[in-house]
Amino acid sequence: MTAAPPRPPPGPRAPRRAAAGERVKEVVTPEGVPIRFTVALAGDRAAAFLLDQALMVLALAAVGLGVLGLALSGVHVAGDLALAILVLAWFLVRTFYFAFFELAWQGQTPGKRRLRLRAVDARGGPLSAEAIIARNLTRELEIYLPVIALFSPEAIFPGAPGWARLGALLWMLLFGLLPLFNRDRLRVGDLVAGTIVIRTPEAVLLEDLSAARPAAAAPVPFTDAELDVYGVYELQVLEQVLRGRGTTGHAEAVQTVAGTIRRKIAWDGPPIADEPFLEAFYAALRGRLERRLLLGKRRESKHDRAA
Amino acid sequence: MSVTLKSAAFRAEREAGWRELEGLLDTVERRGLASLDPRALARLPALYRAALSSLSVARAISLDRNVLDYLESLCGRAYLAVYGTRRHLRGALADFFVRRFPRAVRAHRWHLLVSWALLLAGAAAGFALTRADPERFYAFVDAAYAQGRGPTSSTKALRDALYAREGAAQMLQTFAMFLFSNNARVGLLCFAIGFAGAVPAALLLFSNGLVLGAFGALYQSRGLSLDFWGWLLPHGITELTAVALCGAAGLAVGQALVFPGGEERLAGLARRGREAGVLALGAVALFFCAALVEGIFRQLVHAVPVRYAVALGSLGVLYAYLFTSGRADR
Repeated sequence: MTAAPPRPPPGPRAPRRAAAGERVKEVVTPEGVPIRFTVALAGDRAAAFLLDQALMVLALAAVGLGVLGLALSGVHVAGDLALAILVLAWFLVRTFYFAFFELAWQGQTPGKRRLRLRAVDARGGPLSAEAIIARNLTRELEIYLPVIALFSPEAIFPGAPGWARLGALLWMLLFGLLPLFNRDRLRVGDLVAGTIVIRTPEAVLLEDLSAARPAAAAPVPFTDAELDVYGVYELQVLEQVLRGRGTTGHAEAVQTVAGTIRRKIAWDGPPIADEPFLEAFYAALRGRLERRLLLGKRRESKHDRAA
Repeated sequence: MSVTLKSAAFRAEREAGWRELEGLLDTVERRGLASLDPRALARLPALYRAALSSLSVARAISLDRNVLDYLESLCGRAYLAVYGTRRHLRGALADFFVRRFPRAVRAHRWHLLVSWALLLAGAAAGFALTRADPERFYAFVDAAYAQGRGPTSSTKALRDALYAREGAAQMLQTFAMFLFSNNARVGLLCFAIGFAGAVPAALLLFSNGLVLGAFGALYQSRGLSLDFWGWLLPHGITELTAVALCGAAGLAVGQALVFPGGEERLAGLARRGREAGVLALGAVALFFCAALVEGIFRQLVHAVPVRYAVALGSLGVLYAYLFTSGRADR
């Protein structure tokens, strides 16, 4: 397990959940609880595919070296036979590589594992063997057909006029590039098998800010009116600032935020250092908001006047 | 002001279970489920459900973003470990060939019938057209595929192609080339292309039939019909069935796309696609069998009656397997 370094505090307006361009997909488990996964980026998937492709070529090269070794060690290997073995090996690798690994590693191939991706059932069920098989057989259509059409059009449509070739090529490319045209980055195989490729989740449980360091001095008395200036969004930005301890810029961030809050609530209580002040304010604000949450009043942000 | 919040107390109460689950997941992700000892394995689902319940509660009462993110990711990882595929490859294969594949074939018997009809219609058309005008042979059959055979070849050359004697290396080469260059690819393409609305799959089936008919007509014109079909059928039964199965898979996928019926289009596609994928994979296995017969048996056995006997036998065994296996324990 990686101990992720604490992230630097973002600016006060930075979105917290997912970076720009990432999409969250909700999967409802068989127990009926929705869990959110981050949809894998198209670039990551392309990289994983290329990595797998490289491994496939390496496997083929290994077979080739084996044949070469046999020939060198005195066994008579005719050129035809060597070629036949290679052709056969390539067929096997090409047809079964992805399906084999996704079956054995629960939706991951070496490339996917390296890039922390995983194929899962889009509707929350278990990933079935059929789905894995179906989603990988369509690679013929998505990858190999356009590639062949691109590099040796004679093999697919002999004697066709140029414009027909171009049209066919575009049509084939459309299938290959399908992931770029939908938000969940589904390729044809994902549609056919009902799967989706997600980022494998990783997060570390840090200490509870409200419990771990109760303000060293006596508890700072904040009034409800003072706490009501902020909502959940501000609370969680404050949490990120406080968790940024040890990173560069932490001290300035604390100073800025503490100054802002003091101004906002017109603070005239006992003089207190910035960081303990923020920790006390965080604990008090969280307590206030959570108590109101129990009554069914969730205040999203300081602009939320309804709750 | 109370120092301990409700959410903090909640966390203190449950944290040990989360940590235990996290430890188990680390092991599973690095070394696989099989590496867990039986006690830990029994703990996993219980801890997973407890974590899910924690997540639900935390969403309702806690505003600690770190706890929420952590639980979300913990539940996600546990969900993947608990509901990922669990089959051993060997068990999955056995189950596949005994039950799943024959059942899928039976479920698609109408698609299979249609794709056989398309193949045979293509063959009949190719046969009739080539018989009427031998020059059309070149229109139907790719030059590389014909290997020099054509209306201009001598009868002896045509005959020799049917009774070639090859060495072991040659046999393997035939086997490999068969798989790679020709029909297995056509078949898989048939399945994959079904996504484009079934029409290309139907075309592919029909044009494959055309090639077959063209060859049939060529040999018929030299009075070699009996020898030709004796050469083709021993592996052809299996091979053409496999092509027809892939075609059926393609048609099923296309059907789901074009005529979704009462289902949502994508959901129907996903369901049919999985079933059709089973057909296509089974067909690959059939291509293997056909390739073995073509590469080895056909070069060794030249007696025409034996060839026909094998063809008939393969027909009986194959269809008996497809239409009865796995039926009992449905």
